[in-house]
Amino acid sequence: MDLISGEKLEKMTSMEKIRLILDKVKNGKIVVLECGLTSDEEVRLIEMTMTEIRVDEFSGIEIESYPSKKEGSFLDKIFGRALKGRMTVIGPANQLRTIEKDKYQISTKVSVGD
Amino acid sequence: MGIISSLKESLGTWINRIFKKKRAKIGLYGPPNAGKTTLANRILHDWSEGESFGEASPIPHETRRAMRKEGVVINANGSSIELDIGDTPGMATKVDFKEFMIYGLSEVESKKRAKEATEGVIEAIKWLDDLDGVLLVMDSTEDPYTQVNVVVIGNMEARKLPLLIVANKMDLPNASPARIKAAFPQHAMVPISALEGSNIDNLYQAIAAHFG
Repeated sequence: MDLISGEKLEKMTSMEKIRLILDKVKNGKIVVLECGLTSDEEVRLIEMTMTEIRVDEFSGIEIESYPSKKEGSFLDKIFGRALKGRMTVIGPANQLRTIEKDKYQISTKVSVGD
Repeated sequence: MGIISSLKESLGTWINRIFKKKRAKIGLYGPPNAGKTTLANRILHDWSEGESFGEASPIPHETRRAMRKEGVVINANGSSIELDIGDTPGMATKVDFKEFMIYGLSEVESKKRAKEATEGVIEAIKWLDDLDGVLLVMDSTEDPYTQVNVVVIGNMEARKLPLLIVANKMDLPNASPARIKAAFPQHAMVPISALEGSNIDNLYQAIAAHFG
């Protein structure tokens, strides 16, 4: 399992983040992102995942993050500060399974050696 | 000269605003088997002389190509809105051909369906860029906190586009639209049964109010 800091992600472009995640997940790793991805990056990650699915090799990803928070404060809007992404866990679909999820907690089951 | 052309442009904009019919491009999104095609067919049946988008099926990813029907006029609440409606393939983060074999498809058929399903998801994502709003269809018997729901909602919020949640399958005994409302309280939600047509008039009123 790899835990990737928000600091590292901040320095990367969207495509670099997506490539990093997919390469790790296709190698069987579970990735935990401290600050998650933007909604647009998550959409692009799903899109890239679909292009890389191969029968008997890679069936896709399991990805879980919390629902977005409500809009930012008045000051956030004034200074154009975007809401940061939220902690996200991503893994191979055949190894990571979500058991339960709500606003505040994500419970997953990880299978080893599948 | 500049002032005159600017005035002409402003006048033209105001004339357009007054006389232009309300029109919006909306897409039906959601996880596989949420009832998107059943709802799309219901809308066409009610407002477009019984046309249909295609067959609904209990097998996931039955819709593997996005389809659009233009100029569907919905009258509700004394107002009228003309919609270009897109029925999109189910959004998913994984597609495993073995899941289709559980429904009795052969291995060859399942692999073909899996390949087409991945292409369908990509197509659905591409369509997101060209919409004025989304009807997010959820199965109200299922957990609403799926990543597909979270991603679609996050995407529409980021782009400040209108979103209406449709809590489908309320005819089933274990349906819980309240669970969906609790999960995403910041968005309007209408519970319906697309299959039986129950509460569908409330949905049409909400569509007119949201996308008009």
